[in-house]
Amino acid sequence: MSTDTNKRDYRLTGPESKIALEKGLVAAEWYISLVPRKRLKELMKRRNGPAIRDTILWFCALAGTGFLACWTWGTWWAIPAFALYGIVYSSPADSRWHECGHGTAFKTPWMNEVVYQIASFMSLRPATPWRWSHTRHHTDTIIVGRDPEIVAPRPPVWRIILMDFFRLYGGPKDIRRMIMHCFGKLDEEEREYIPRSEFSKACWESRVYVLLFIGIISWCIVTKSFLPAMLIGLPSFYGAFLVLVFGMTQHLGLNEDVLDHRLNTRTIYMNPIFRFLYWNMNYHIEHHMFPMIPYHALPALHEEMKDDCPPPCRSLWSAIKEVVTALVRQGKDPTYTIERTLPATARPYGFGNDDKTTGGVTYAGS
Amino acid sequence: MPDLEGWIETCAVDDIDEEDVIRFDYGDRTFALYRTEDSEYYATDGYCTHEKFHLADGLVMGNTIECPKHNGRFDYTTGEAKRAPVCVRLQTYPVKIQAGKLFVKIG
Repeated sequence: MSTDTNKRDYRLTGPESKIALEKGLVAAEWYISLVPRKRLKELMKRRNGPAIRDTILWFCALAGTGFLACWTWGTWWAIPAFALYGIVYSSPADSRWHECGHGTAFKTPWMNEVVYQIASFMSLRPATPWRWSHTRHHTDTIIVGRDPEIVAPRPPVWRIILMDFFRLYGGPKDIRRMIMHCFGKLDEEEREYIPRSEFSKACWESRVYVLLFIGIISWCIVTKSFLPAMLIGLPSFYGAFLVLVFGMTQHLGLNEDVLDHRLNTRTIYMNPIFRFLYWNMNYHIEHHMFPMIPYHALPALHEEMKDDCPPPCRSLWSAIKEVVTALVRQGKDPTYTIERTLPATARPYGFGNDDKTTGGVTYAGS
Repeated sequence: MPDLEGWIETCAVDDIDEEDVIRFDYGDRTFALYRTEDSEYYATDGYCTHEKFHLADGLVMGNTIECPKHNGRFDYTTGEAKRAPVCVRLQTYPVKIQAGKLFVKIG
């Protein structure tokens, strides 16, 4: 078992990757709640209806809030109008990117792919690199040195979290990678999880994205107005607030280096508006344990699994309070982890390693 | 034990539901056995070629099997990789039915 008295190294190219492999945490077998196969087959069934309805609703909401934003352009009313447009642009783009990336939103494959490509551009997540990043996230969820989608290290870097409320850390990182792709280069981390056979596709996609951005900038120059960029491109930044809020609730404050999603993932009850924006990803334990269940069946899956899971957070607000409290405590004690008691009906947690708190790693100050 | 031609008995044909898949282990090998909606039978390697997850826990849709972990897809009748993250084709095996039993040629 390795011991490191310094901060852990979250890079995929650092020593933690090898340590995770040695501890048997890489591409490992994860705990799965018992759901009868017959019921799972019912839940896995793909449908086009819900995703077509929700996509139409999303584009109508975009058109409506976009019209409002344009109409108020040049007045103080533009601030709340664009804030609303930004949220309607960014939050569903992120959740549609996610669900269509899994290929479960629509029954018809090309529909998943079309919405995936549009949502990838809108959320500033180049389609191919992020597809593979997310694949790794599902293989090695919150395994340090393996998972490229850990939102905050221990101790947290508040500057980065605050910047990402407006995508000011992650956004420029993605733009830098896109520019590299235009020249046929992938960065070292991306090479860890994108297969060589996909490099060319990643590069061509980035070239298309950059051309689209050049088009938007040119449109701004020709019209001598920021308005085009405020409608396409910039909402990925100024509308990112809720994306980060949702994202922070998924895993932060919970365990690292475990092989049971009940230990490192959070399910939250949310109101219907948030669930529409987030496409039911508030049922996040359920999603990670059974990624082949479409978003519209996750509430039903939750009913099947809840007796085997820790109690969900009762609201987004209670989840955020729990996360922020945990991050503050991790600032002083990086080993701090939220412990959630399982109901009597649940099977015991499967930590998947010997040390039940830190995965065998000693943190600075512990 | 396989017979001289390499066929092994796996299960009764009715052990697999229509448009479904089951797992069959033989020695240290694992296979996925499929039944289509029209009750045609197929066999492939049991693990996804992307990462080591049992395809038998996945979803059968027509001629496609979707891996339960990363949603990669194969045409299980040909083994062709149909959707990322799977890039490598799946090994398929001949099958035959005799006296209500499904046999797979693994040799």
